[in-house]
Amino acid sequence: MYNDIVIDHFTNPRNTGELADADGSGKVGSPTCGDIMMVTIKVADNRIQDVKFKTFGCGAAIASGSMLTEMVKGKTITEALQITDAMVAEALGGLPEPKLHCSNLAASALHEAIKDYQAKQNG
Amino acid sequence: MRRVYLDNAATTRVAPEVVEVVVAYMQDKYGNPSSVHEFGRTVRRSLQTARQQVAELINANCPGEIYFTGSGTEADNLAIKGIVLNGEGKRHIITSAVEHHAILHTCEDLEENHGCRVTYLPVNGYGMVDPASVREAIADDTALVSIMYANNEVGTIQPIREIAAICREKGVLMHTDAVQGVGQLPIDVQADGVDMLTLSAHKIYGPKGVGALYVRSGVKIRPIIHGGGQERGLRSGTEGIPAIMGLGKAAELARLRLPEYGERLTRLRDRLITGLLERVPYSCLNGHPVKRLPANANISFSSVEGEALLLDLDLHGIAASSGSACSSGSEAPSHVLTAMGVSVEEARGSVRLTLGLETSAEDIDYTIDTLAAVVERLRAFSPLGEKGAQHV
Repeated sequence: MYNDIVIDHFTNPRNTGELADADGSGKVGSPTCGDIMMVTIKVADNRIQDVKFKTFGCGAAIASGSMLTEMVKGKTITEALQITDAMVAEALGGLPEPKLHCSNLAASALHEAIKDYQAKQNG
Repeated sequence: MRRVYLDNAATTRVAPEVVEVVVAYMQDKYGNPSSVHEFGRTVRRSLQTARQQVAELINANCPGEIYFTGSGTEADNLAIKGIVLNGEGKRHIITSAVEHHAILHTCEDLEENHGCRVTYLPVNGYGMVDPASVREAIADDTALVSIMYANNEVGTIQPIREIAAICREKGVLMHTDAVQGVGQLPIDVQADGVDMLTLSAHKIYGPKGVGALYVRSGVKIRPIIHGGGQERGLRSGTEGIPAIMGLGKAAELARLRLPEYGERLTRLRDRLITGLLERVPYSCLNGHPVKRLPANANISFSSVEGEALLLDLDLHGIAASSGSACSSGSEAPSHVLTAMGVSVEEARGSVRLTLGLETSAEDIDYTIDTLAAVVERLRAFSPLGEKGAQHV
């Protein structure tokens, strides 16, 4: 059902956890399926210096959280905002069709975390 | 890597003695039992043997009360549609909220397309139907009560005798889907007092593609498949002889295995349940602790999701199943756990482990160790923490 890239990220997920001194935090969930994705970021010089994720979800959710953290580290805020859930799925070599909607939430959670960071900056 | 198959409720490995019989009826005894020549006649006699073997397993009064079908699902369809559409005009069915989809979807079809009325009885926290609720639900136009012998997901055994006694008192027919109970429990259709019973071969180390419906003599039932009039007109179609003979053999083996088989499974099951509940914090058993199938353990782990658990178990060589396969975007958690009042989160973190003939104590211990480690790993990055949230 899952390809080797997904299995690798599921088995050895990168950057799991929650940054204690996060600059921004985002959490999204889908009520129909119930998966929850949480992303915390540390920002310096307008770049994502560090990122961690937590998820309550299936194999695809775990793999997409892990892949996102690898994709976003070191990116500028502008670049990070351009990453979409579809791009995460693509980087994973594709996900089964039913998983694309409810389990592929990592980029959305990242965007929420950036919004949170920006709100704190402006506040 | 160790390979542990704990999904025997999904299907079982065909017993070698059964394989031998199936092959013989494909290679050598290939006649059509309807034929007049010796090729056919010999197979016709064998068919009676298989009927006898199945009848003995459930203590039917005579082999003629056994009708072979293409699956347990077909037998369920035949039992319900065959009674409701038998010309008596009664259009009310009583069943439970935790039945297999073979019953539930058949009832829904009759409701939507054939003007039937269906009462779906609720269950308690263990998934058990209250016999008093059956009594209350019976009306003048009740054609049939269909309550499963034991639940396929959580293993809870229903109070079939009490329910059957109420049905008999009220003059209403009683059917039970015993696909999960047959072979594990000492089922006796006469002592239980049921009018119809469904069983399936592939759950008792027999081949896939064959089931049977027990219909007590005198019950007025109409066929749903028409044709050459096989199975005394109730189920047309050339008999699937190899599979039927395999079911016969599997039934014989199952009868000889009982009750020791059930006792052995119960010991292993309890070792598994106790081990997991002790080792893994915030875990709980779904279904009844004692009135449950010897082979069934169903456990919820808070804060982790079932599919991730199954995937990780599979990577460790353990085959299990989940009460909530989020395989499509809109799939809700198991209707059984939901009917029992299990929260969405607990339902999503449920795993069903079903034991079988080949399960060893070493398999059980390996599963406890592996599952405990897998839950710990997944919980480490769950946003719900180890205790879990009340609601997702």
